[in-house]
Amino acid sequence: MGTAVSYPSLVPLLAVLSSTAAIPLILLSRRHPNLREFWTIAAAVAKFCLILSLLPGTLAGRNAVIRVLTVFPGVDIALRADPLGVLFALIASGLWILTSFYSIGYVRGAREHKQTRYFASFALCLSATIGVAFAANLLTFVLFYEILTIATYPLVVHKETPVSIDAGRKYLVYTLSAGVFLIAGTLYTYHLCGPLDFTAGGLIPSGVLTARSALALFAFLMLGVGVKAAIMPLHSWLPAAMAAPTPVSALLHAVAVVKSGVFGVIRMVGFVFGPGILRQFSLQQILIPAAAITIIAASLIALKQDNLKRRLAYSTVAHLSYIVLGASLLTPRALTGALAHILFHATMKITLFFAAGAIYVNLHKENISEMNGIGRTMPWTMGAFAVGAVGLAGIPPVNGFISKWYLVWGSLDGGLWVPVAVLVLSGLLNVAYFFPIVYIAFFRKGGKELDRKGEAPLTMVIPLVLTALLSLILGFYPDFPLAFFKLIDRISTGVMGGLS
Amino acid sequence: MTELSQHSPALIPLLYLAMAILLPILSLKTDRVAYGYTLAGVFLATVIAGFNVSRILDGSVLHYHFGGWIPPLGIEYVLDPLSAFVTVVINFIALMVLWHSRFPVILEIREKKAPYYAIVLLMLCGFNGIVLTGDFFNLYVFLEISSLSLYGLVAIGEKKSPVAAFRYLMMGAVAASFYLLGVGFLYLETGSLNMADLTRILPVLGEQPSVIVALALMVMGMGIKMALFPLHGWLPDAYTYAPTTTSSLVAPTGTKVGAYVLLRILLFVFGIKFITQAVAIGRVITWLAALGILYGSIMAMTQREMKRMLAYSSIAQIGYIALGIGLGNRWALTGALFHILNHAFMKSLLFLVSGNLRLKLGHSTIPQLDHSVRKKMPWTCAAFTVGALSMVGLPPTAGFFSKLYLVLGTIESSDWAFLGVLLLSSLLNAVYFFRVLEKMYLRPRGKKPGSRDIQSREAPASMLVPTLVLALGILMIGILNFFIVNRLLGLIRPEGLG
Amino acid sequence: MLENLIGYYGYWFVIILMVLGLSAMMTKKNLVKKIIGMSILQSGIIFFFIVSANKFNATVPIQTEGLEVTRTANYINPLPHTLMLTAIVVGVATTGVAFALVMMIYKRYHTLEEDQLLQKMKEDD
Repeated sequence: MGTAVSYPSLVPLLAVLSSTAAIPLILLSRRHPNLREFWTIAAAVAKFCLILSLLPGTLAGRNAVIRVLTVFPGVDIALRADPLGVLFALIASGLWILTSFYSIGYVRGAREHKQTRYFASFALCLSATIGVAFAANLLTFVLFYEILTIATYPLVVHKETPVSIDAGRKYLVYTLSAGVFLIAGTLYTYHLCGPLDFTAGGLIPSGVLTARSALALFAFLMLGVGVKAAIMPLHSWLPAAMAAPTPVSALLHAVAVVKSGVFGVIRMVGFVFGPGILRQFSLQQILIPAAAITIIAASLIALKQDNLKRRLAYSTVAHLSYIVLGASLLTPRALTGALAHILFHATMKITLFFAAGAIYVNLHKENISEMNGIGRTMPWTMGAFAVGAVGLAGIPPVNGFISKWYLVWGSLDGGLWVPVAVLVLSGLLNVAYFFPIVYIAFFRKGGKELDRKGEAPLTMVIPLVLTALLSLILGFYPDFPLAFFKLIDRISTGVMGGLS
Repeated sequence: MTELSQHSPALIPLLYLAMAILLPILSLKTDRVAYGYTLAGVFLATVIAGFNVSRILDGSVLHYHFGGWIPPLGIEYVLDPLSAFVTVVINFIALMVLWHSRFPVILEIREKKAPYYAIVLLMLCGFNGIVLTGDFFNLYVFLEISSLSLYGLVAIGEKKSPVAAFRYLMMGAVAASFYLLGVGFLYLETGSLNMADLTRILPVLGEQPSVIVALALMVMGMGIKMALFPLHGWLPDAYTYAPTTTSSLVAPTGTKVGAYVLLRILLFVFGIKFITQAVAIGRVITWLAALGILYGSIMAMTQREMKRMLAYSSIAQIGYIALGIGLGNRWALTGALFHILNHAFMKSLLFLVSGNLRLKLGHSTIPQLDHSVRKKMPWTCAAFTVGALSMVGLPPTAGFFSKLYLVLGTIESSDWAFLGVLLLSSLLNAVYFFRVLEKMYLRPRGKKPGSRDIQSREAPASMLVPTLVLALGILMIGILNFFIVNRLLGLIRPEGLG
Repeated sequence: MLENLIGYYGYWFVIILMVLGLSAMMTKKNLVKKIIGMSILQSGIIFFFIVSANKFNATVPIQTEGLEVTRTANYINPLPHTLMLTAIVVGVATTGVAFALVMMIYKRYHTLEEDQLLQKMKEDD
């Protein structure tokens, strides 16, 4: 595959703005919920289609580019649809469509207040996420990253209970502090190397950094993205943010926000520093242990959580570090595994979160200890849950095992067996904290309150069954229905090309 | 018309002066004309200021000799990119604030409306004179014109305002005296009062003790005027107890004028070399600025009343500008200049919002705000949100970009301590602004929802529209920042700047 | 040393005035005394300019028979004098405004002592 060619196109910008354009429409239709929901779905579908239209070109090596404004000499606000960006954008926008349907069911079923604010904020978040995905340089990335932070705040505090407000504060403290480091790091990079365009294999020329400046820069940038990527000890905001409504947790905290974080990590590792510089200063030696510890510690903490969403939150923390680990191992297969896990974890985790929300809306249960026998009442929901759990543990045929396989392989490629041990151990822990839930749901007798109850509303069940199905199918055909693996392959070669 | 346009540098102060004198005469019978008359005047001045900017966009510097007397004997006005820029900022903000002032003035000033507006015009005359003049003693005259007017404007208010005004007067008199003394030393040593002339003479003169003392005195005088830490003591009380329009007018513009003078003296007249090598005044200012940033941000967090919180916040923001000036490199200066623009917009917006709140709710005490504010005054809250986001420095608002330049400036000169201060203060700002936002938008569950149909009791149009214009302006400046920086601020090039 | 003291007596006087004025402004509690201090400070500065305009063996800057105008050493420097005319006016205006404020304060608080004033203001809260 030769080097990519860029061509100018308005499409990336339109993809970002499609949901921003929907916001005034959503606000104006506040008194007509069906119309308002229509705008959300329409924007989601439009966004997805726009991004889809970029796929063939990107696969063929032609990336759409648009320069919006110049900020400093040599640094613009620019969007580029490169393979990594398109991958992330497809995942985010595709899952948004499903989440929108699910949201509708959830907010109506739970009779949430301030639904208009909810949907409007959601739309803004997605704009910001696509902006992050398509950011062509560090500055644009930082811009949309910060907008994402502000846009997600109303959703985190949506319920407006004291717990939610506290969670929102914690979220802001963590993310704004991280943002500040990110800005400092970006400007420091500009000071050292000039233009900030993301380049596969690293944008910093060799010879510019000393050991001290490399370490400082690495620290700044990693702290910046590490908070959203929930690397320990920067992760505390994530369990706290479970105070948000479940669709928010599902999409944002399993897909958009946290995946922006790990997306950022991959951008830093592969497109800012590059494998060469990382190895030169042994910077990956910092990331690998951090990721490994996060995986194990988070999994252990997950074991102790009775609240279902909190258990899922800690599981997410652990799985995010799968991705960080894969990126920091600096081998092509490990990177492939990490990228694949972005997609696979998203589909599986979102299934689990959807299920948790369905349980809450239908049965008003949040704690696992109360979930005896719900499998009989909600077979489809818990069935999907089981599929997701199996995949996260890395057991075939659900897609999770593919990404895990690549991560293990990639680790061995690099001659490191400790990550392998960590991954295996984590798989066992996944089993330990998910399977009991499935077990008690299906094999324990439920209480009286389950009599005469059925499944959750269809608008919630269908999306979660779909995502579970998707996870299963991806396990067999990773390129279904879009050429995900081809994209991933392109990214890995681009970043790692030239190194083994 | 071309004849008139030749005089454009001098027109603005003269216009204000004439209008200020005429107003009391016109209002002998009734003071209903005062508002419209003042507004028309400021609008005209803004147009002229805009015209001035267009004259210097090619980088030229225009000298206007009063009475045809050639400097250094005669007094001249200088229109260069910097003065044109600051002039248009001051006048535009004044326009917005005075537009807003209709009801606050009726409510808070009552029967003294006409004198109030006349003094406002006089103060604007002073400000514009300070910015446009090219002569140091002339600057003193206009400084005093504006200061005396300011004392009066602060004093017309609630119970405690005369005391605040008196304290301000005391400190301001000392400031002006120091400045005058500095000018005296400078004159004695160089024989000239003209800024352009001195720019030529001073490098030749070298580091005479009297010149250094002159510099120190002038900086101290200006430091008091612009509330540079620790010379800021007059500011919190003055801004808090002054009437709404006074605070809204003075907070964004008054300190900026002081910053302008500091900029002129340090970077243009004395020059980078002098202030870094002869006497490290640049360094001293950056340290004081950093302390001011921290002090202002921390104090702002503990305030319960919105105006007071904004006052302390202003001290911090002036710190940003002073930091940019003192660092002495291209990026830092750009950041300082851009922040002059941004802070003017942001602070005026926030003060206007507090005015809206006080008009409709009767108070602007933060703990007493609750979510019903959002239902009653949605547009005001939205405008406040934009202002708050900009103060914290979040994209795509203007505040993000001025912080960006300032941070670059500190990185450029490897001042890691100041980088830390800038970053930390952003977070501190977030604390006290999000506190207000939380109050406005969120209702902790458990409280009664209140009546379902809360009528919108939004501020009247004359107050709401300027607020929204400023909010929109903040967004536009943020988005178009490169345009502004390149086309206008890039023209401001002191000698020897990296 | 002595010649410094005597030769520059004008400047020493200025120093005394300025220090007096400044310290009065800072240490005196009565508001009127503060204003007096301010006035003294301003007088000091005015004096400074005037003293500095002086020249040895020169006379008032009004054209006199027998003393050529072109020889500047004949006449003392008129520029600082004119500047100080302005400064005096400014000083008067400032003092006027200050007294107006003092009158307002007295009307509202019935005291002109700073500590009593602060006390009364605290009670207002």
